[in-house]
Amino acid sequence: MKSLEELRKIKERALERRKLAGEGAKSRITVAMGTCGIAAGARDTMKAVLNEIEKRQIADVVVTQTGCMGLCEYEPMVTIKIGEADEVTYGKIDAARIPTLIEKHLLGGEPVAEWQVQTAK
Amino acid sequence: MEERMMHQVDETVARYGSTDEALVEILRDLSQQAGYLDRPTLAAVAKKLAVPESRVFSVASFYSMISVEPLGKHVIRMCQDAPCHVAGGRKIWETLEQALGIQFGQTTSDGQWTLMPTSCIGLCAVGPVMMIDDEVFGNLTPEKVNEILARYREQDGGAA
Amino acid sequence: MVYRAHILISGDAACIAKGARDVEAALWEAVQELNLKDEVQILEVSSLGHSDQGPEIVIYPDGTDYVNLTPEDAKFIIEEHLLKGRPVERLTYREPPSLPLPPPSEKEVRVVLENVGKIDPENIEDYIAMDGYMALGKVLGEMTPEEVIEELKISGLRGRGGAGFPTWLKWTLARNAPGDMKYVICNGDEGDPGAFMNRSVLEGDPHSVIEGMAIAAYAIGASQGYFYVRAEYPIAIQTLRAAIKQARDYGLLGEHIFGADFSFDLEVRMGAGAFVCGEETALMQSIEGARGMPRTRPPYPATAGLWGNPTNINNVETYANVPKIIHKGGSWFASMGTDKSKGTKTFAIAGKVERTGLIEVPLGMTIREIVYDVGGGVLGGKKFKAVQTGGPMGGCIPEQYLDLPVDYEHLKEVGSMMGSGGFVVMDEDTCMVDIARFFMEFTQDESCGKCVPCRVGTRRMLEILNRICAGEGRPGDIETLEELAVYIRDGSLCGLGQGAPNPVLSTLQYFRDEYEAHIYDKTCPAKVCKGLIEYKINPEACIGCTRCARNCPVNAIEGKPKQTHVIDADICIRCGVCKQVCPVDAVYVE
Repeated sequence: MKSLEELRKIKERALERRKLAGEGAKSRITVAMGTCGIAAGARDTMKAVLNEIEKRQIADVVVTQTGCMGLCEYEPMVTIKIGEADEVTYGKIDAARIPTLIEKHLLGGEPVAEWQVQTAK
Repeated sequence: MEERMMHQVDETVARYGSTDEALVEILRDLSQQAGYLDRPTLAAVAKKLAVPESRVFSVASFYSMISVEPLGKHVIRMCQDAPCHVAGGRKIWETLEQALGIQFGQTTSDGQWTLMPTSCIGLCAVGPVMMIDDEVFGNLTPEKVNEILARYREQDGGAA
Repeated sequence: MVYRAHILISGDAACIAKGARDVEAALWEAVQELNLKDEVQILEVSSLGHSDQGPEIVIYPDGTDYVNLTPEDAKFIIEEHLLKGRPVERLTYREPPSLPLPPPSEKEVRVVLENVGKIDPENIEDYIAMDGYMALGKVLGEMTPEEVIEELKISGLRGRGGAGFPTWLKWTLARNAPGDMKYVICNGDEGDPGAFMNRSVLEGDPHSVIEGMAIAAYAIGASQGYFYVRAEYPIAIQTLRAAIKQARDYGLLGEHIFGADFSFDLEVRMGAGAFVCGEETALMQSIEGARGMPRTRPPYPATAGLWGNPTNINNVETYANVPKIIHKGGSWFASMGTDKSKGTKTFAIAGKVERTGLIEVPLGMTIREIVYDVGGGVLGGKKFKAVQTGGPMGGCIPEQYLDLPVDYEHLKEVGSMMGSGGFVVMDEDTCMVDIARFFMEFTQDESCGKCVPCRVGTRRMLEILNRICAGEGRPGDIETLEELAVYIRDGSLCGLGQGAPNPVLSTLQYFRDEYEAHIYDKTCPAKVCKGLIEYKINPEACIGCTRCARNCPVNAIEGKPKQTHVIDADICIRCGVCKQVCPVDAVYVE
């Protein structure tokens, strides 16, 4: 890193990418993979997400991870963001819940209300 | 046997650097690889780093994640602190003791399991929690504990 | 024919569409194979209620509900549940989680936790997108070290690891200390039971800490830094190592960062399981490769730290605040909090509260606001009894101080402390003697043994507390505890020993009557201490379902089906299982 200018360029690029459009994707699934998440089964959740996406051959989706946001009791936590819509956060999403979640929300566009949790801004 | 140990020591010392400031990390790593540190291993480390054996032993015996006693193939560390205790830790504690037929601080006679308490591992909201070797398990119930133990036994080829 | 178990399988259209027929076939096959067909009945029913998660079965008599089944699962359930008697937890239906969680409070202000849970910690560009490393760029391009320290002084930031020493002053001391080689250390040896904010930051936003350390290094004139992270956090260490590597790849660590005359690099040192290593002098001993035992201060690390060189040591949360302060200005930070305690603080709320987990609030918020507004109130609407803050060296604060502002000074005034931010809420069912005993067990175990009053004194205190909780307390015990507490506090070198008696002293101060009840009346008012309680069955309420007798681990309960059951107090180990399994709440504690 040689200058602030260079850093700003990376920032612009990264912001674009985070807005999904930069990656040419329509949606993003994030699995919280902090220790608490993993202890509650997040690795299986992540595997299930990847399996399901492969099985259904869903394109245009980015799968990523994040840390523990502090609501560990509700781990494994998963968020889904579609296009410009607000990100939706789900709690206690074990591997078994992934097919339903992907079917209803990611493909059907309808968030699964009973699994949602509200998080701090 | 001895050759393998010497090789492990050489390799581990090379990884962390042969200075005595790396002693804590070298010992912890070796202890995890071999299960525990016996006298010949401690002596080999001392020689390698050119420090007195007494100093190596003093460090090895101080930290809870370095063992100078033989441990089982799998080490279960169960959180003993308040949040897990409140979340039902005592029952898990008893389940583990019953399932393995040993008490905390002991190793099963077949050398498969060691049961140890640990202080908080920072996963209080998914308590009670335990670590088996490097894996963490949360939201434990007696059924879940039995299921996890069964899984490990299966992996180990149905022994024990 | 009398079956010992019934399996109901949902024949709902949705379940069938998802393969219920195959599951049913697998059930039949497994039942035949294991010779259970005379013991187990399989019935198809119209629906079992969770067809969105089908195929679904329910096994009676215990009513275990299994969902999302495959034929392999079905076979496994028959083997485990019906043959071996072990319900398969991972396949059971669980209630949706959202209902009991109250919505988050508007009163939370996330500074340190701003990015945590939002960015990918393993992708440095995610951090850069959130203005990451802008502060370091600003510092190296536009500010002198003195100006950096001045900005911190304006912010009023104090150490978030416990003692609350002003950060700018610590940095000034290290800057002014003579010496060519200086170090910065990040204390990531978070060990207070119940506190996990540092783990969360290290795992969720590692670059904020790296950036904070680099700024500190520039301010004091250091070029080498160490992360000391406890070995109990393997995933945090892995994330951190990956983050450091990325920062190097992007030239944000290494030589001539931002083209300036400033070089800085970091190394991660992993602990090996010793709580006392969170004490700064012990931590440095451990980095040097020795037993982590505290030494006398002065000299302070700022003048004689790592290998005798001037060293600045702060904890994870303190460093994570630094980039935000530089980026948004010291006065922005100082606009939050109270007169002497500025900014926000993370707390790990645990215990008997609706919304547990990590929170971040401006300092000076009252205990009432934290418990009721942010924490959503006491669990199950029970009565608030006390809150324990400051970890094992902290104290219990009773109901009368619900409106106390939570900052460094006020917590100290009432006999507790900030510590790293543990916040354990206790309700009327918590025994304060038992809690004190619990914390004493912890410090006794973690005492490094260097100071005799701490090593031996905590053991004596624990023995007395164990006796009191077992119902064998004696007159004079309270006085002895108080006497020992003073010796330990005054005769120990480090914070662990000095603070070890705190949980006992604070509970004695506010809940002395509970100690007296244990000792003189031989009762535990909260009905917790096993030596002082007895489980009984109310004959009026008991329906003779035999559930308690079947679940009792020591066969202490007698009774025939449909008749009143009785617990034999001599055999009973007071595990409380009978109370939990009783369907009609007939078991009570006396």
